[in-house]
Amino acid sequence: MSESIYELWRAAVNDHRPVAIATVIEGAGIGMKIIVGDGIVAVGTLGDPDLDRVVIRDTIGELAGGRSGIRHYGPHGEAREDAVSVFIESFAPPPHMLIFGAVDFTGALVKVAKVMGYRVTVCDAREVFATKRRFPAADEVVVDWPHRHLEKVGDRLGPRDAVCVLTHDHKFDVPAIQAALATEVGYLGAMGSRRTCAERLTRLSEAGADMDEVTARLHAPIGLDLGGRTPEETAIAICAEVIAARTGRVSASLSDTTGSIH
Amino acid sequence: MKEIMDDIDRWRRAGHRVALARVVDIEGSGPRLPGASMAVAETGEVAGSVSGGCVEGAVVSEALDILSTGDRRVVTFGYSDDEAFAVGLTCGGTIHLFIEPLDW
Repeated sequence: MSESIYELWRAAVNDHRPVAIATVIEGAGIGMKIIVGDGIVAVGTLGDPDLDRVVIRDTIGELAGGRSGIRHYGPHGEAREDAVSVFIESFAPPPHMLIFGAVDFTGALVKVAKVMGYRVTVCDAREVFATKRRFPAADEVVVDWPHRHLEKVGDRLGPRDAVCVLTHDHKFDVPAIQAALATEVGYLGAMGSRRTCAERLTRLSEAGADMDEVTARLHAPIGLDLGGRTPEETAIAICAEVIAARTGRVSASLSDTTGSIH
Repeated sequence: MKEIMDDIDRWRRAGHRVALARVVDIEGSGPRLPGASMAVAETGEVAGSVSGGCVEGAVVSEALDILSTGDRRVVTFGYSDDEAFAVGLTCGGTIHLFIEPLDW
């Protein structure tokens, strides 16, 4: 084999390509591996062609769902047997956060989102503000109208991704929110005072937005009610809301609740 | 494993052998999900973590032992298993790690 499984894994992760490794952790062939991913026809073997075939199929399924865990098989891949335990580990590419509006809050949000493992794009129509120099931590800085950018990349957004609209300028954020609602993005939030947010709802309605969809999906004013003021504190309140939206939790302090932590 | 890639690469470039410990299963309360990983170089250097800090010390000794024997195995830490090591998780959960030499 020209490249080791580790090298194939490393190249995929560095290119943000989804990849999964299946490893025998108990039974015959302990330690043997198969790697599966975009652009990688399954490489490696677990020591038995029938077992390989079944595990490759299961690994592709686990990778598509972004899951990791142990599966049990017979020596030749038989179901409902447990001679061989295989740990399938999926490595999904990082989720994407799109931030519209190159404002003060944006820089702080880029930093916090990077800490959380997002690939971050900053987009603003104003060339003087949307510069890599102002947002060195961003993976990408795009000069474009937010809704036009979403028309280009929107079909790649999924439930793990986030769109944060920080422009608080109706002429940008109304079309941006409408374009974001047309995607599968998991989190959509828009910044603004209560008055701005109320006014924005009126404009969204006038623009023909599906207001049930807006109510169900738009977080505005953006962020959890942590009471912070600075851009950094605001960024944490936004990212905390992104987490809570994903997990479906009502965000209270753990010390005020009694359920399981994870 | 992604977070510890740079350390692994650095050790391997320096010609050091590396053991990899990955969480493969958890029962009950556990701070890290399957896939959380930790690498140990033969020099004793460590990257990453597999718990909230409860079992990392024991994992280092296991990993160094595995590097010297070339063995690979599932190692269990926690209170609920009779076979479990004496080192427990303060959260009361059980974690199963697969530890192996990174020779692949």
